[in-house]
Amino acid sequence: MEERNSAGGPPPAAQDPSWDAVILHVDMDAFFLSVELLERPDLRGRPALVAHRGGRSVVLSASYEARRSGVRSAMPLAHALALCPGVAVVEPRHEGYTAASRQVMDILGSFTPVMEQLSIDEAFLDVSGARRRLGPPARIGALIRERVRERTGLPCTVGAATTKSVAKIASTRAKPDGLGVVPGAQTRAFLDPLPVSALWGVGPVLQRRLVEAGLETVGDIAAQSPRRMQRWLGSNGPVLVDLARGIDHRAVVPEREAKSLGVERTFDVDVTDRDELHRILVALSHECAFRLRRSGVRAGAISVKLKAPDLTVRNRSRSLAVPVDSAGPLAEAAEELLAELLAARRHPARLVGLRAERLSGAGVAVQDALPWEDEGAEADWSEADRVADDIRRKFPSAALRPATLVDGGPAPRRPRLR
Amino acid sequence: MKFTVERDILTDAVSWTARSLSPRPPVPVLSGLLITAEDGLVSIASFDYETSAQLEIEADIETPGKILVSGRLLNDIVRSLPAAPVTVETEGSKVIVTCRNSRFDLATMPVEEYPALPELPESAGTVDGTAFAHAVAQVTVAASKDDTLPILTAVKLEIEGDRITFLATDRYRLALKELTWSPADPSISTSLLVKSRTLTEVAKSLAGGGDLELRLPKETSTSDLVGFSSGGRRTTSVLVDGEYPKIRALFPESSPIHAVVATGPLVEAVNRVKLVAERNTAVRMVFTDGQVALDAGTGNDASANESLDAALEGDEITVAFNPSYLGEGLNVIDAPYVRFSFTTAPKPALMTAQQEPDAPEQDDYRYLVMPVRLTH
Repeated sequence: MEERNSAGGPPPAAQDPSWDAVILHVDMDAFFLSVELLERPDLRGRPALVAHRGGRSVVLSASYEARRSGVRSAMPLAHALALCPGVAVVEPRHEGYTAASRQVMDILGSFTPVMEQLSIDEAFLDVSGARRRLGPPARIGALIRERVRERTGLPCTVGAATTKSVAKIASTRAKPDGLGVVPGAQTRAFLDPLPVSALWGVGPVLQRRLVEAGLETVGDIAAQSPRRMQRWLGSNGPVLVDLARGIDHRAVVPEREAKSLGVERTFDVDVTDRDELHRILVALSHECAFRLRRSGVRAGAISVKLKAPDLTVRNRSRSLAVPVDSAGPLAEAAEELLAELLAARRHPARLVGLRAERLSGAGVAVQDALPWEDEGAEADWSEADRVADDIRRKFPSAALRPATLVDGGPAPRRPRLR
Repeated sequence: MKFTVERDILTDAVSWTARSLSPRPPVPVLSGLLITAEDGLVSIASFDYETSAQLEIEADIETPGKILVSGRLLNDIVRSLPAAPVTVETEGSKVIVTCRNSRFDLATMPVEEYPALPELPESAGTVDGTAFAHAVAQVTVAASKDDTLPILTAVKLEIEGDRITFLATDRYRLALKELTWSPADPSISTSLLVKSRTLTEVAKSLAGGGDLELRLPKETSTSDLVGFSSGGRRTTSVLVDGEYPKIRALFPESSPIHAVVATGPLVEAVNRVKLVAERNTAVRMVFTDGQVALDAGTGNDASANESLDAALEGDEITVAFNPSYLGEGLNVIDAPYVRFSFTTAPKPALMTAQQEPDAPEQDDYRYLVMPVRLTH
């Protein structure tokens, strides 16, 4: 039985300096590569990286030994090979990563239900409610690292702070295989000396502008007036000042189990061009399929939503022969549904949406089609999608799109209407 | 027009023609049955632009004539009449149906507005009705039930001399059946696509007894109809147009692994085990020397397993199937033993019939099914 303070105040452990650092950022170290090392212990301690072997491949994950030679994630493979000639290249196996990720997330979920998964290898936890049971956040962070290592054999780094932003910076500074704790009282002291690039949202371009204006450290930004920064950088200005001061009101939002998954696009100018609509549907299908795969589910049905300039909304749905998580079949069904909606009533589109419905776990059974000679494309779809995902979920902002969606790419091939 | 006929004969005739009426007729007159009385014969016909059905019955004809009357209503009426002679008679724009003390007045529709019935193509030969119906049941099981790819709702009939090959697929499984028949021209070589639904209907309503005549358009004609007739009943249907995918190549050239299992016990085992296989999950079959173990479900929820004798030739293999695809295939195998032929686990699996555990396989019916991939 835990010792309780009869006055109802915090228990003695609350004296621990990390007591208020309840937001934890858990980040797996060189995740894809670490998973590979479980099977390839011979590569431990050697420069190694994960990448598809092929013409224009990029590095998906690199060992810290390889990083010493300047190899970075997202770097073209050819470039990495030039920097680090003896580097071992391991072909990615997405099933392994998905399974390991699920295992890790299960472990994290056992510490607190207030968990927000950011990507395949990162999550935020809010451990406020777990402190009485498990102790101060610094101890919970250590426990998480120990448990993940023990159950999966994989290293991770944990950052603990009072806000998401600072927790993420803390984990970045503590990498690899470390624990960084920034109690509330030490937040400013921790942030002030860091380069401005440590802040969320500061990329190379913004960094240059800030440095040129004489703002080199986070402390320099924290000292600015939010109003002045707003005049200079627009609405991002005050946000940046807040982040620099350690202020971040975003809560850890657990993802609810989705019943359906929708994506939609509203247009500034109503769209009439049929090919343009097709192009948009293909883009939405890719976005939707990516999110399905990220959630590890498949859609058993799909619906298309169409809003007319007079704001009336019509929906049309259909079930799919087999549950899918790839964009090809989604786009095919969506195109037919859109054609049916437009056949019933033709009008320019103010909004087009796509919703995947009747979601079911993908971790069970997948019914493939027979290997048709003239339809080999179908089987290739899912593999192509998965390769794209590996890249996309490591580098969420990377632009990887089907050719139809690239400006100047092949003209869209819209199925003819029956 | 006025004729009298026994209720049973009329009921049979009306219900047979009425079953091919469209539930949503494209024009109102097509909801009617066209009834013609002349020369001692009453002909009843239905048509929905796609399918036509026509038959003739003998009757006492007092006044010849032609009427068009609601098929659904007439069908409901004759079915409810007492077992006695029924008289059908026109009176002005009405038709009167009387039987003993019952009398019904029905509105008629204008005969002139009824489209011309398609002409019945010439007979190309005959096939045993029962064998035809059996073949249709074995093949249509694999035809697509949804319209995603409309051509896959058709069955392909390839006719070469005295052999008809039926082919159907819904992309996940494929059925092939070979049947011998008696063609009028022994050198016939043609192929046609017939809606799976049409074949099922023909098997049910025409193939009941004796020979079935298969009627095909002449090579030279532009007709796109196929016809079937048997014992005075005949039906025509519009052929499906298009290029059917080349699916014969999907059958593996050789299969190093074979397993023979008693069909009946396997069907029962699959039906039991699949109770715990939720939607989208699979029934797994683990073939080892001398037995096959079936399991389904997951450790977390419900799971089930069961073992049966199996004669395995080749390497041990584990394959998972969609329980419906497996069950539907087994149901139409229709032999004491089923033979599974595998190349490797993720490749399509072939199911064929076998009379004895060590008898040679029968290859007149082949059911190819794509296994389910189990991920984690």
